[in-house]
Formats: sequence, structure tokens, C-alpha cells
Amino acid sequence: MNPWSSSTEAAAGLCSRFREWRLLGPGLLWTTVFCLLPMVVVLAVSLATRGTYGGVLWEFSLENYRDLLHPLYGRIFGQSLLLAGMTTGICLALGFPLAYYIARLPPRRQALWLIFIMIPFWTNFLVRTYAWIFILRTEGLLNTVLMQLHLISTPLDLLYSNQAVLLGLVYGYLPFMVLPLYAAIERIDPALIEAAWDLYADRWSLFRRVLIPLTKPGIVAGCVLVFIPSLGAYLTPDLLGGARSMMVGNLIQHEYLVARDWPLGSALSIVLMFIVMSSLLWYFHAQSPQTRERGEQ
Amino acid sequence: MADLSIDIRALVKRHGATLAVDHVSLQIRRGEFFSLLGPSGAGKTSLLRMLAGFETPDAGDILIDGQSMAGVPPNRRPVNLVFQSYALFPHMPVAENVAFGLEMKRVPRNEIAERVGSTLELVRLSDKRDRLPGQLSGGEQQRVALARALVNRPAVVLLDEPLAALDQQLRQQMQTELKTIQAQVGLTFVCVTHHQEEALALSDRLAVMQQGRVMQVGRPEDLYERPENLFVARFVGVSNEVVGTLADVQAGEGNLLPSDVSPSRGIRLSVPAGLQSGQQVVMTVRPERIRITPGHVADAGSNCLHGVVETMRYIGSEWQGVVRIGQSVRWTIHASNTASGSRPVGVGQPVSLEWNVGDGVVIPLT
Repeated sequence: MNPWSSSTEAAAGLCSRFREWRLLGPGLLWTTVFCLLPMVVVLAVSLATRGTYGGVLWEFSLENYRDLLHPLYGRIFGQSLLLAGMTTGICLALGFPLAYYIARLPPRRQALWLIFIMIPFWTNFLVRTYAWIFILRTEGLLNTVLMQLHLISTPLDLLYSNQAVLLGLVYGYLPFMVLPLYAAIERIDPALIEAAWDLYADRWSLFRRVLIPLTKPGIVAGCVLVFIPSLGAYLTPDLLGGARSMMVGNLIQHEYLVARDWPLGSALSIVLMFIVMSSLLWYFHAQSPQTRERGEQ
Repeated sequence: MADLSIDIRALVKRHGATLAVDHVSLQIRRGEFFSLLGPSGAGKTSLLRMLAGFETPDAGDILIDGQSMAGVPPNRRPVNLVFQSYALFPHMPVAENVAFGLEMKRVPRNEIAERVGSTLELVRLSDKRDRLPGQLSGGEQQRVALARALVNRPAVVLLDEPLAALDQQLRQQMQTELKTIQAQVGLTFVCVTHHQEEALALSDRLAVMQQGRVMQVGRPEDLYERPENLFVARFVGVSNEVVGTLADVQAGEGNLLPSDVSPSRGIRLSVPAGLQSGQQVVMTVRPERIRITPGHVADAGSNCLHGVVETMRYIGSEWQGVVRIGQSVRWTIHASNTASGSRPVGVGQPVSLEWNVGDGVVIPLT
């Protein structure tokens, strides 16, 4: 055997492997710089210690995570999960009929409705949230109208409550629910709905036995798209919740900017990320049977 | 009228400015295989969708088993539709698809299992009961769709172009199967189709529709042998026509004075009651009733026209030819292949076309 040939082959193999890596390069670089690196930094900081005057002391400690066991943090996480869950539920309950209605319209009117749903995105979210303050505050639009109509005698305390935060979250994230639901419902063959109807199904059976199973991927996508950002919401609870309502997002902001406790803020972020990751895993798990079925066809 | 399954009374449906269904009245008997035949846009699908309850008539009424269907939604009608696209629920296995209607009607569990089992046996799909629709062939999907309707034992089974999505061979096989199943279950079938051969093969009776109107109702042989108008003559089978004026009408027979061909003798035909001499008519003859002989026969015993063969094609069971018999009149002839594949006459040759007096059908021109 020629000893040269094997080494040339090895060189060629190395070369082609190098080419493969070169093709992967941009993707890897992107993932490293924008995803992996920041996460590693946050994880590292979460395992460090807070300096006396803020700042980060690079001394390894699990103290931050132990601090998180304090019931106060548990309560804020619980409240955030509850608010995000309720936001998702309300968005689903409101979004499904809306998406169904739009998907059943003639194509031209569908486009019009979709534009109506997307128009708010053209305005800054901060501005739109301020608009809600204007509506909800004690001398706000809603209270003024209700007072003028003599439906109430004293202004209602609407702003700076969990309800106001919930309202703001539902308002902000409803489109993220409607759009994937619309896409899923729009794909259903209208004959399937007629078939269910022809086979004696009432509205509820049609919904439960045909529409939900067929739109499940859209439902899951919408729920994930609403749940994850509402869980980490910061602006809405800050502006509409005031001091009475605090979500994880506000807590993290507080730790970083007010308390200047970066390690604790990082630990909070890591836990939040963990929750989000778990719900994403659930999402993919719920998706997979559908994909498998389609693969077999 | 105890044997009446469906009674359609002066039904009207408008789609925008067009009359999709124009004062249609039809009586369909219990246990009958009835077809609505017509080209697309004839209104047959609208009619079917009104029977199912998906469209609301603008006027008129539909009675099913004597009950008016006005204002009755699809889920409360004693009818089940077999959709053209089958519309099987893609997320449910075959058995669950078939059981759906019974579950919605809250039939007891054990009865559902029993009826689903026997219906799947009827359509020979017992071994596919746990498959998803996407894993079945077109013919199997069609049978599931049929089973899903039959299992409910509705007063009427509606079929929307039931075999349109199948290829030719499967189609003929399914025709036989559909007919056999219908005879077995004894339910009233109403079938919409644009395929005339299919309608003739399947139906006990059929209605030919055009532009929202019923052109003729009858048994397949009535429509083929005695078309009442040119539309039916042309839509159901091939129509060889001569235009002319009736003369010497006497005792149900008469002569045709043709305006577009010149026969060696006059054309004799049997004239239906109510038509008189001087009436403008079209006489139509079916291709297989015409005998073709080479050369211009001088004195034939029956009606005879001379012409020249323009095309002749061999399709195995018969020869199909086009013969020019006048300035712009061409007739299609079908000659059985009885003499071992030998060409009866060559292209360009003169021929004589003969047919019996009784085979010419007279249709008045109004």
C-alpha cells in the first residue's frame, strides 16, 4: 500500500470537513454571538457575588439561587405565571371566535380584517399603553363617561391593579393569538365543517370534535406566542400595574437598575428562561404527533 | 303518495342575478336511485345543497317523507351527504369517522359499535378500521365516505359527483359496487353527476338539468330512446340530426322534407301525437342504429342517406366513423366489430346510411 495515498485521503477528508464547517460558519457565528454568548454571560453573573457598591465580584456562589427560595420571589413568580396564564386563556377565548369569523369571510374582507388587527403594531407599544392609562385613570375617559351617564357617582379605581395589567396584556398580545389561529382555521376544508354539520353535530360538537383537533398546532403556537412574552412582560405591569402589581420582568429590572444586584437579577432571568424553555418543550412535544402523522401520509 | 321520499315543489334559488335553480319540481320515490344529470352550472349542485340544507331556497319547498324542510338546519335533516371531496375527518381513524353521526345522535355505545362494524363490512373495509383517511387509497376513501352516510340509515343519501375523483377503471368498479350497495340497503339515493354514462348505468330514474331547469325526467332508457328535446338528445348519448318540415302526417307516421340534406327518397318517420304537417322538426338517430354499406345503394328498404366517410377509427369493440351527408351535416356511426377487425369502409369512400322508421326520433323546433 502506498503510504502517501492514505495521508492524501486524510487531507482530502479534512479539507471537505473544513468546507462543511465553513458552510455552517455563519449560522454558528450568529448563534454564538447573539444567543449562546449572552446566555453564558447571564449564567456566569448569576453564579457570581454582588459587590458592596453594586458591580459583580467574580466569586462563585449559589447564594443568588438560594435567595430566590424566599417566599416573596415565589409569590411574584406565581403571580406572573397566573397573569400570563390568564392572559393566554382570555386571548384564546377571544381570539378563536374572531379568527374563525375572519377565516370564514370572503378573501377580500379577510385581508381587511387582518389589516385592522395589525394596524396597532404601527404605533409604538409604549404609546398604546399610555393610551390605556388615559382611558383607565381616575379622571380618565371611561370614568368620565360613566360619571356623565350617572352610572357611577364616584370614579372607579381601575388603573394600577392586576386587572389593569391583565387588560393591557390581553390587549397587547391578542394579535399574536389571532394570527396563528387564523392561519390554522383558514386551512381547514370548509367541506369538513359542512360534513360535521350534515352528520348531526351541533356547534359545540363541531368545535370540540373537529375544529379544535384540526387547529391544535395553531392553538399551541398562539398560546406559546402569548404566554412567553406575557410572562416576561415588563412595560405593561410597570405602567398599568404601578406599585401594586409586580411581575418577574419588573423584578428583574428592579434588581438590575434599582437594587444594582446584577447577580440576583441574572439568577431571576435564568429561572424565567428555564420556565420559558419548559413551555417551549411542551409546545414541541404537543406538535410532534401531528408531524408524525403527516409524515406517514 | 306513501312511496314518495322527496317532493320538490317549484324550488327557486338565485345566485346574484342568475337563477341557479328555476322553478324545479321533482318527485323522488322511496328506495330509488335518482340522478341529477347536467353540465356544470346546470343547478344540480345547488339543488343537492338545498336538499342537504346548506343553501336556503328563495321560493318553493322541499318535503322529505312528507315533512317540510323549510327552516330545518342540516344537522336536523334526515339526509346525509357524500361529499365530492369525501370530507373525511383527517384526524379520526376510519371507524371513528363512520361512528361520528351516530355519536352525535347519542346512539348507545354498543349499538354504535355494532352498526359501524356491519357498515364497514358492507363496504369491505373491516380491515382498515384503524387507519387514518390519509393512509387510504381514493377508492377506499370513497367507500368510507359512503359508509359514514349509510350507517345513519338516513331517509335519503345524497351523493355529490361520487366517482368524479376516481380513475376510469376504479370508477366502473365503484359504479357496480355503489349500485349493489344501494340495492342492499334499500335507501333512497340522490346523486349529482355530469357524467352521462355513469348516470345511465346507476340510476333507476334521472333528471337532466340545464340552466336551472329540468329538461326531462325518466328512466335511462326513456331519456336515451325518447329524448323530448335537443338538449337531452345531445347530452345523453350522440345525436345524428336532420332538420326539416313534417309532411303527410297520418296515423302516427309521416314524411320529413329535409332542409339540409337530400335523400334519395323521402325520410319516413313515426310522428308523436300532437305534431302536424308543416311543423319544423329535428329528427335524431342514435349512431348504433345506423347500418353502413359501401357504395351508394340505389333503392334501400328503409330510410337511406348517401354520404362520404370522413374519418373511421377502430376502438376494439366497434368502428366509429364520421360520414358527411350534406353540405355541413355530419353523422356519427358506430359499427360493431363483427368481422375480425377488417375495416368496413375506407376514408373517402361513398357509403349509404340506413335506419328503420322507428329509430328516428322527432323533436319539434319551437
